[in-house]
Amino acid sequence: MIYYAASILLILIGMYAVLVKKNIIKIVIGLSIIDSGVHLLFIAIGYVKDATAPIYSRPGLEAGQMVDPVPQALVLTAIVIGLAVTAVALSLVIRLYDHHKTLNINRIRKLKW
Amino acid sequence: MRKVIAVLLLGIFGYYIFALFVNVPFGVRHDNVGQHYLEHSVQETGAVNIVTAIVVSHRGFDTLGEVTVLFLAATGLGAILYDKKGKKRRLQNASLIVKVASKLIYPLIILLGAYVFVHGHLTPGGGFQGGAIIATGVLLMFISYRRFETNHNALSWVESLAGMTFVTIGLAGLIWGTSFLQNILPLGTPNTLLSAGVIPLIYIAVGFKVGAELTALLDNMLKTIK
Amino acid sequence: MEWMTFLVIGLIILLIIAAVFAITQKDLILAVIGASAVSVVLSILFYILQAPDVALTEAAIGVALTTIIFVITIKKTKRYEE
Repeated sequence: MIYYAASILLILIGMYAVLVKKNIIKIVIGLSIIDSGVHLLFIAIGYVKDATAPIYSRPGLEAGQMVDPVPQALVLTAIVIGLAVTAVALSLVIRLYDHHKTLNINRIRKLKW
Repeated sequence: MRKVIAVLLLGIFGYYIFALFVNVPFGVRHDNVGQHYLEHSVQETGAVNIVTAIVVSHRGFDTLGEVTVLFLAATGLGAILYDKKGKKRRLQNASLIVKVASKLIYPLIILLGAYVFVHGHLTPGGGFQGGAIIATGVLLMFISYRRFETNHNALSWVESLAGMTFVTIGLAGLIWGTSFLQNILPLGTPNTLLSAGVIPLIYIAVGFKVGAELTALLDNMLKTIK
Repeated sequence: MEWMTFLVIGLIILLIIAAVFAITQKDLILAVIGASAVSVVLSILFYILQAPDVALTEAAIGVALTTIIFVITIKKTKRYEE
């Protein structure tokens, strides 16, 4: 249960950064923290008490002794996509800084023609 | 003022989302599709690592889409950061200790990455992890040697060939089997390296593709540093 | 099993502290180091939750590659948040 609380707290911390912070890089950091929280939530839902990882690594293991593999497969996908999204967002940040010479979103908004 | 409103909103949001998840029991098996995969995957796909079996075999279309998203992200990043002048990396050389050590460790990291994606159906790991490990090895060389260059043509060739291998294996399943990405090779005995039919082939292709893409992505980003 | 519970509670406290540090720090390089500490702790937690595949992915991607692309961006733009 503590895992649920921790992951929801992580999501809230990330959302706070996205809502309040003015610096674009801080907002991207907040987005990646939201990502981490969602991953922890998924894995925690799939956990089964006193079970092993879903790999038939030694004889005698049965399906009833393993944790749920589906959330793990989903999170595996999500982490890689998260890296791609972060990389594209940061390249846009670099171009935005080249153009406006500032990272403050309020000032960028004022610089509109 | 803005902070107070944000904290209030997040408090309400957090309360409701927590109230939602309090009802999901922790550490208990939920009756769902995972149970079917755990019981039947080894007979159906031959892979003992069930996560690999799900990612490559049961949800192979999803993995193809994921690889496509990664490819689009790498291409898009190259397009956004494109500069006509053809910039070079202008980092300083690292110190002697770092240089010698990274030269020693670099082949070992590449070997670890290859091990991880070749054994994806037996041990934890697979194409995505192996590719990421290879990219970190190349990154080590990028930051310790100023003149370390990657061959961009070779990278894009590796990337395209690996992607085409994935699609070709899928189409072969359509030709000799009944559906796209069907396992057409013999499954072999579980827990040996040459087992699980096309799963190791697909994960090797994914490993090469992810490694080449992430290396190209890092190179593109490092070239923008002044 | 008792020490395991204490370990998990300690790790989760560390996770929250690292996340708050990453959000509040004015020096962006330190903030990125905080975000990568979140990833390290998360990777250990995934291992404890019996997800070695995900732990491996998080360790390679979350700790190494995400951190380096953030550092490159900060090097290219501005280090301090005003």
